[in-house]
Amino acid sequence: MLNGIPINYYIMLSAVLFIIGVVGVMARRNAIIIFMCIELMLNAVNLMLVAFSTLHNDANGQVFVFFIMAVAAAEVAVGLAILSMVYRNFKSIDIDLLSRLKN
Amino acid sequence: MLGLSITQWLFGTLSLMAIMFALMMVFTRSPVNSALYLIMTFFCIAGHYLLLNAQFLAVVQIVVYTGAIMVLFLYIIMLMNLNADEEPRKHIVTRLIAGLIGGMLLFVMVGALKGAEQLQLVQGGASQIGLVKNLGKVLFKEFLFPFEVASILLLAALVGAIMIGKRDTNINSKEITN
Repeated sequence: MLNGIPINYYIMLSAVLFIIGVVGVMARRNAIIIFMCIELMLNAVNLMLVAFSTLHNDANGQVFVFFIMAVAAAEVAVGLAILSMVYRNFKSIDIDLLSRLKN
Repeated sequence: MLGLSITQWLFGTLSLMAIMFALMMVFTRSPVNSALYLIMTFFCIAGHYLLLNAQFLAVVQIVVYTGAIMVLFLYIIMLMNLNADEEPRKHIVTRLIAGLIGGMLLFVMVGALKGAEQLQLVQGGASQIGLVKNLGKVLFKEFLFPFEVASILLLAALVGAIMIGKRDTNINSKEITN
């Protein structure tokens, strides 16, 4: 019982990674880096799910992580396709620039 | 080793590395460096999965996330030829406020965890549910339908990505022939 890790540490680690992802989404202008910060947030959630699944000895948490990874892969494929299309048309992926293109 | 077991020492090292690489990913100017730091973060998280004996997820993390998703990111970054010097930055006030919001979120998180009295220990090494055999049994018995739907989702994403990324040169040729 002495060499386990308290679940609080996993919650804190996952929360800190998630918060770093949130700060990244708010503070960056490049759409690709914002996308990468979203992936970081997903991974933080994955870590917390796996930690709790190990704690309660319940396999559902890890199965859910598996599905999150599958959905994240699909989302990245479609999102980057959209981004490359936007780049092809506007020659820029700066979100401040793109949010002003109302027409 | 300072009264900590090897598991706790590994946990501390991997956590610090993951947080450090995540911070470097967010704050570095070059997108390529950002992607590389994210790859290192994913490796640290895969190490955490191994500590929790989630072997299947550790391998899937490395193969899918670092091996496929990040390679796709790097490919797109290099296709758009982004370098660090022409990278625009948000206004300094925006970045400061983003940092402030992050700090407040962290404060709320720490405050919420302070009241939690019972620290249950996660026995990572003894857990058997992360092995491929056991996880596979659960996945194919209780989660068979979501598994098949996920494969359809991947097919839809594949078709969608190809359709979105196509160059619309057919329209020009049709106008010329008509």
